[in-house]
Amino acid sequence: MRVPISWLASYVTLPDSLDELVATLDDLGLVVEGIERVGEGLDGVVVAEVERIDAIKGADRIRLATVTDGRSSIEVVCGAWNYEVGSLVPFAPVGTVLPDGMAISQRTMRGVVSNGMLCSGRELGVGEDHEGLLVLDARTATPGQPIAEVLGIERDVVLDLAIEGNRPDAWCVEGVARDLAARYAQPFEAVVPDLPLPAVDGASIAVEIVDADLCGRFVATELHGVVVVASPPWLARRLELAGMRPINNVVDASNYVMLELGQPTHAYDLERLGRHAIRVRRAATGEQLELLDGSTIELAVDSGAIGDTGEDLAICDGDDVPVGLAGVMGGASSEIGPATTSVLLEAAWFEPLAVARSAKRHRLRTEASVRFERGCDYASCDRASARFVELLAMSSPGLCVVGAPIDARGELRQPAALKVDTDAIEGVLGVRLGLDEVARLLAAIGFEVADGDGSLTVVAPTGRPDVREAPFGVADVAEEVARLHGYAALPTRVPSWPAAGGLGHVVRVRRVVREALVGLGALEAWTAAIVPAEDAVLLGDDAERIRLTNPVAADAPFLRSSLLPGLLGAVRRNAERRQGDIALFEIGVVFTHPSIAPVARVERGGPGGGELVKLPSEDERVALLLARPHDDARSAVAAWRALAAALRLAHTRLDPVGLSTPLGMHPTRCAAIVDKGTGAVLGHVGEVDPDVAARAIPGLESARRLGWLDVDLGVLADHEAVPRASELASVPSRFPTSDVDLAFVLDESVHVEDLKALLRDAAGELCESVECFDAYRGPGVPAGSRSLAMRVRLGADDRTLSEEALASTRARMIDAATQSLSATLR
Amino acid sequence: MASGPGAAELTAYVDDALSRVALASDQAALGALRAELTGRRSGLAGWHRELGALDPDDRRTLGRLLNEAERAVTGALDARDIELAREARRERLVADTLLLDELVDRRVDAPLERGHRHLVTKTRDELEDVFVAMGFQVVEGPEVETDWYNFEALNLPLGHPARGMHDTMYVEVGASESVVLRTHTSPVQVRCMEDAVRDGSLPLHVVAPGRVYRRDTPDASHLVEFNQIEGLVVDRGITFADLAGTISAFTSAYFGDDISTRLRPSYFPFTEPSAEFDITCTICRGARCRTCAQTGWMELGGCGVIDPAVFAAVGIDPSEWSGFAFGFGIDRCAFMRHQVEDLRALVDNDVRFLRQF
Repeated sequence: MRVPISWLASYVTLPDSLDELVATLDDLGLVVEGIERVGEGLDGVVVAEVERIDAIKGADRIRLATVTDGRSSIEVVCGAWNYEVGSLVPFAPVGTVLPDGMAISQRTMRGVVSNGMLCSGRELGVGEDHEGLLVLDARTATPGQPIAEVLGIERDVVLDLAIEGNRPDAWCVEGVARDLAARYAQPFEAVVPDLPLPAVDGASIAVEIVDADLCGRFVATELHGVVVVASPPWLARRLELAGMRPINNVVDASNYVMLELGQPTHAYDLERLGRHAIRVRRAATGEQLELLDGSTIELAVDSGAIGDTGEDLAICDGDDVPVGLAGVMGGASSEIGPATTSVLLEAAWFEPLAVARSAKRHRLRTEASVRFERGCDYASCDRASARFVELLAMSSPGLCVVGAPIDARGELRQPAALKVDTDAIEGVLGVRLGLDEVARLLAAIGFEVADGDGSLTVVAPTGRPDVREAPFGVADVAEEVARLHGYAALPTRVPSWPAAGGLGHVVRVRRVVREALVGLGALEAWTAAIVPAEDAVLLGDDAERIRLTNPVAADAPFLRSSLLPGLLGAVRRNAERRQGDIALFEIGVVFTHPSIAPVARVERGGPGGGELVKLPSEDERVALLLARPHDDARSAVAAWRALAAALRLAHTRLDPVGLSTPLGMHPTRCAAIVDKGTGAVLGHVGEVDPDVAARAIPGLESARRLGWLDVDLGVLADHEAVPRASELASVPSRFPTSDVDLAFVLDESVHVEDLKALLRDAAGELCESVECFDAYRGPGVPAGSRSLAMRVRLGADDRTLSEEALASTRARMIDAATQSLSATLR
Repeated sequence: MASGPGAAELTAYVDDALSRVALASDQAALGALRAELTGRRSGLAGWHRELGALDPDDRRTLGRLLNEAERAVTGALDARDIELAREARRERLVADTLLLDELVDRRVDAPLERGHRHLVTKTRDELEDVFVAMGFQVVEGPEVETDWYNFEALNLPLGHPARGMHDTMYVEVGASESVVLRTHTSPVQVRCMEDAVRDGSLPLHVVAPGRVYRRDTPDASHLVEFNQIEGLVVDRGITFADLAGTISAFTSAYFGDDISTRLRPSYFPFTEPSAEFDITCTICRGARCRTCAQTGWMELGGCGVIDPAVFAAVGIDPSEWSGFAFGFGIDRCAFMRHQVEDLRALVDNDVRFLRQF
């Protein structure tokens, strides 16, 4: 909200220093988001009268104007065409620096010297008009007069304040001033309109509130003798400073009252209002209304959004035809125009949620709707009406009020009344304030305060609908007290409690994973979870995707189902910058549509949290993309082994995937990572499908392989699904160990890990380690089989193993392999 | 006058073409066949050329037949091409087979260098460590939330104007606008309180870091997907003073002892009283500079005493318990401490940026 300081100063004595004022407003929770200085840069700009206009040879867009500032004649080149000899125009002599920072110097155009500049409204910072010069009214301007004086521009500072949603009372100049007065302990005088107009009899208007739950009050005033002209300059100027465009005296008076008192009003052309009457009712579905902005809307059509009741509150005329959308915007049919001579003025209170619903559904956020949504002060309707009349009378001298205003009532909430005492305030703020101090602060912002027995009974002002009844309201009152007392003046204390802090299991596992991957030389990336449709196309993923209703970018409306496309994109962008030889990893959530999730996530939801709602399931994945020159499935497997070691996983193994290759992976260079004991699948390791890689990274050398590891962090962290190695220490034997090498020919289907386990069992407690050191296919090995060379390291804690012991262990292992796995020793 | 091929002749041509297409053994052979069957010198093309000499009726009839024949042949060629491409791919992949279970070579040809955590992760880890040292438990929650957790239980009922400030993105699941990408980490508060009430495990001292989403146009200081950390304390006798003390303790632990904090009144539906908290500008250390708009302060986050309506929504007895909550951007912390001029660098994943942290 834009607030000119000059306007504030009409209520309160402001500090001399702008910094201090800004700091005070910030501290009151009326945050100053911008400071604009106006009226600067007009020094030196004066009124000039055009004496003659000459064409410039060879130029058809600019002319040479000779002007006088009352003392001498000056030649100025000018490109505007909206003036003639005798016109009064603003003239900026050489040396002037205009409000936009433009410095005027002597210039030569087409061989003609220009000694200054004739200015448009925009160049002077007094309007948006840049079509031509700001031609001045000869009745108010004389040559040589400073332009600031003619335009009534005084130096001013406009503050842009951010008003919080719980402060409808501060959404106007008077409200801001009230807070300042309370803080500075100055007396505060609200605007009291002076109504000198005689009310005449013969009222013709009528008001009916049909839906009393949505319209709490409707004050209608009948005005005759209206002359629609421009507003007085001071009023137009204030509107402009506050960021509103002056239109005519009737509309401007309405806007002015809203800026001043926070109460929106609306003026209807009475003669264009059917039967001179108003009915306030819920709109029927499909009713049409042409608005002031020229658009036509269809009323009361449910958007289907959660919480939308599909209701609109319509202001209708006596023929029951909608003439306005309550609290949002008036209709075109009764718009004030030059021919208007009588007016019905509305000052009303509408249910905030109803206005919010309509404004949201029709995408019409207006100055009025933002105020109604937060809750206006229904008690201010009379004052706003009177103030409107007072302001309009200044420019419309024959104005008269016909009859007494009609005050129609619906349902209104009474302001909260509650008891507070020092204990209650201390319980929230942690400071013991005296009751009299609390009473003083609250009274200053309009609370009614009555002393009780060791407590105060306070009644909130009607303009503070945010203050609730007890018990919730205690917090609201405490906040007001704290705000006016000053947050900085409140005590601080560092709390402590006996419980120890902790990272939590998953966070700790995530950190171990990250450290392991960083240790392998990988860089952590952070890619978007909201992705384009191409991501699924790249992977050939045709499963149901999760779509956003209102994505930021229309071409990226989906939640990701894999980290692969994002990481490939990151490599591509780096490759384009000639730095694509990298290993990237990411730990992030992927989403699965509830319709295809193995187990749908079900959460509390719906209105009031009273339903169970199926949601996309979320899995946190750890993905590593290896794109360095020699990377491939081998380096991905090595990375996995390092990760498994870091997590001390007891016994995971790599299983062939058969036909169930994960999307985007190389079908014949891929393995599932499985826990041997529990069968839990942790994820997959291998390479990116070469065709996918080629499409994702154009220009990738065809021989380049991309290693890929993708595991589920949730499973990884689950000690039940994936047991860890024993924590018990084992002190290595001091006696030498011996290696036994055995090469077996086995069917391809026999898993290396099964062979290892078998040998380990057969060797019993003498076994220190088993390792596969070669795999061979070719001459000497039948098709469908492979030869696996195993090295078993044997030893004992208390002795060096004898040749006999070694030989018998060796024989046991061979026996076991031949019998259990149909292996043959090579 | 020429008469063109008869229907039987055309059928024979097509049949022959289809059988040859089916026999094509690789994509190169198919390419040659395509030229032969549909190219400029093909029988079809020849007949097309003859059309001009026919009388109009015959021309129309034969033209239609020729087009049908051509469609049949081209269709078969295309289908076979896809089939052959698939076969070629299958062969390539089979030839490329590597059994991963038997990999024995532990030597991997990769540069010997250490990688880097992401700056956001590093910042998050540091913040987590500070809060853990202060006695907080780190907890997490989901990123897709129901309206209840993201808004309603936080005293932001349907239609509440403050919802407008959240720039919410909705997920198309269930009733319209009933499921959201969480706009803040505050829903984790609600989950923790609900769980604690159910398990009878109050008090609560938790921080909840995580990714959040706002429908905002990305620029130097805004990202659509960004990271917040939320703090929540529910205990006996907690007041605004504890909140102010906690904010001040953590900021000096994270930013340094010469950084101080101030609280300013603000509004959040889920806290009352509410405050924004500012810290001494980390660039100029309070001396006033361009970054802090000559104020000496930088806005970090929001906080407040938990609104009794939130306690009512989750079933906590306000006569026994009180609490406070705070939240701020992790990315913003990184921005303040490391002076990242453009937050978009955080999601660009340029390795020259990633390697710095």
